[in-house]
Amino acid sequence: MLRAAVAAQLAFMTLPTVVVIAVSFNPTAILSFPPAGFSLRWYENVVTYPQFQRAAVNSVVVTAGAVLLALPVGTLAALALERGRLRGRHVWASVLLSPLVVPGVAAGLGFLMLAAALGLLRSRAVLVAAHVALVLPFVVRSVWVSVRNLDPALERAAASLGATPWRTFRRVTLPLLRPGLFAALLFAIVVSLNEFVVSLFISNRVTEILPVAMFTYVVNYTDPTIAALSSLFIVATFVVVWLADRYLDLGRVFLQH
Amino acid sequence: MTKAVVELRGCTRDYGAVRAVDALDLTVHEGEFLSLLGPSGCGKTTTLNLIAGFVPPTAGRIVIDGQDVTARPAHLRGLGVVFQSYALFPHLSIRENVAFGLRERRLPAAEIDRRVGEALELVRLDRAGRQRPSELSGGMQQRVALARALVYRPRVLLLDEPLAALDKKLRESMRDELRGIQRTVGITTIFVTHDQAEALGLSDRIAVMNAGRIEQLGAPRDIYAHPRTRFVADFIGASTVLRGRALAADRVAVAGGNLRVAGVALRAGEDVELAIRPERVQLVSAPGDNVVDAHVDGLVYQGAQTELTARLTDGQRVLVFVTEPSPVPLVTGETVRLHLPADAFMLLAS
Repeated sequence: MLRAAVAAQLAFMTLPTVVVIAVSFNPTAILSFPPAGFSLRWYENVVTYPQFQRAAVNSVVVTAGAVLLALPVGTLAALALERGRLRGRHVWASVLLSPLVVPGVAAGLGFLMLAAALGLLRSRAVLVAAHVALVLPFVVRSVWVSVRNLDPALERAAASLGATPWRTFRRVTLPLLRPGLFAALLFAIVVSLNEFVVSLFISNRVTEILPVAMFTYVVNYTDPTIAALSSLFIVATFVVVWLADRYLDLGRVFLQH
Repeated sequence: MTKAVVELRGCTRDYGAVRAVDALDLTVHEGEFLSLLGPSGCGKTTTLNLIAGFVPPTAGRIVIDGQDVTARPAHLRGLGVVFQSYALFPHLSIRENVAFGLRERRLPAAEIDRRVGEALELVRLDRAGRQRPSELSGGMQQRVALARALVYRPRVLLLDEPLAALDKKLRESMRDELRGIQRTVGITTIFVTHDQAEALGLSDRIAVMNAGRIEQLGAPRDIYAHPRTRFVADFIGASTVLRGRALAADRVAVAGGNLRVAGVALRAGEDVELAIRPERVQLVSAPGDNVVDAHVDGLVYQGAQTELTARLTDGQRVLVFVTEPSPVPLVTGETVRLHLPADAFMLLAS
């Protein structure tokens, strides 16, 4: 029974992926399953289509910017939430974790209006800002777990040995937060790269990131190019998660919540 | 009198509405091994944290070597601290753990190398340098923590229940080793513990703490032989407290007996509390001076001795350690005669 349930769940989760990957190798120009043969022409189309090239660059820039900002901000937030003498710690925690529960459409509309008011609609900066807000809950959560597992006596020990607060942070706190920081980094990359709804609101043809470009493509064309690009996305995400699991005990990071 | 190294002057520390340390005065002298002894929550660890600079006092001053360090942060106080959890850095090797304080002092690499080697040798761990703390046993981690705290020759060594996490056998051997190392280095040491045996065995002086205050301060023998309060008498070693009424300066009425008391001065007519150690009470077969009848309530055989709980005729209980083999047969429910030597009584402050 249990085995059957697990198998069913596995099939349920992986079948769509399998279909998409199979379709991406279909030589004919329609999205049909099962595929009629084997061809790499849609992969060729993916890498040569100018709008995808531009969107890929945007994706890298936006994700990199968002991650570089969200990581230090989220780390400090997690430290403050656990250590700081904050009034209304629970309120702060809820605010920082709230983007997880705000519907994408609502958040997107909000960012759109804010960006319009600030005259930033043509800039990638607004995408970066939005992505920071969207990945921050994941960063805070991941780092928080590590902060919570950090024995405060270690920092006291460093101080007693003569380390200034900054040196203590550099030599003790930061190295011990590494697993949490690494998990946060991966989360942030995956969430930002796959973000669609909010980005759709605040990007245009010049600034749009890959998921948005894919959506626009699907609206206009129905060939398997999009399946090919999706397959690349799936493989990339899979590799990232696999690497993470190999070099870092992901189970430990998650199960400690 | 030797030089004062650490002085607490009227130190108070509040945590919210809770007063952890209450207007504490304490002077620790050069080279001295002083224990802060008390039950959990008595303020002993908070006192240590005040000296180390981990928490600021709510009121009062902390003076080290004649300098007021009350406002000086922990990293500038130059003290060595060993934590109950050892607090070794898990991401650093044993050598790097020990070298930490030297690196913060920016010593030349060769000097660091030499001194780390010496420190590890002092704690007999010179071969464990490359390992991580998690690869070492509790006792070894304890020694690394000690080496790390001693390697930069701090002015004062602060030990926060360093033996509490070890099992009994190891604790005893580490206790001896700790004392040996402290004597070798000659460092002024403040030792926090709730274990009276540790405090008695290690200390030059013991400060017995209760409710944020020092209840009694003195040499181990002095504290054991002359506890001034019921709390100290209870906390240091086992003891029985007997209530009675003084009949004369050296006479007290307890449980219908008229007992002679030596070494303390009573005031006739006063109600007094006298403590007596269970190992000082003797079982005798014949009546005599300071001999009272008692009823055997409980017996716990412990090999070298038997713990006897006896009840006097007025219902007060007396704990007796009877060295085996017992001079008289012991049977629960029977009556025995207890000799309470006159010089065994300790008068407690009311």
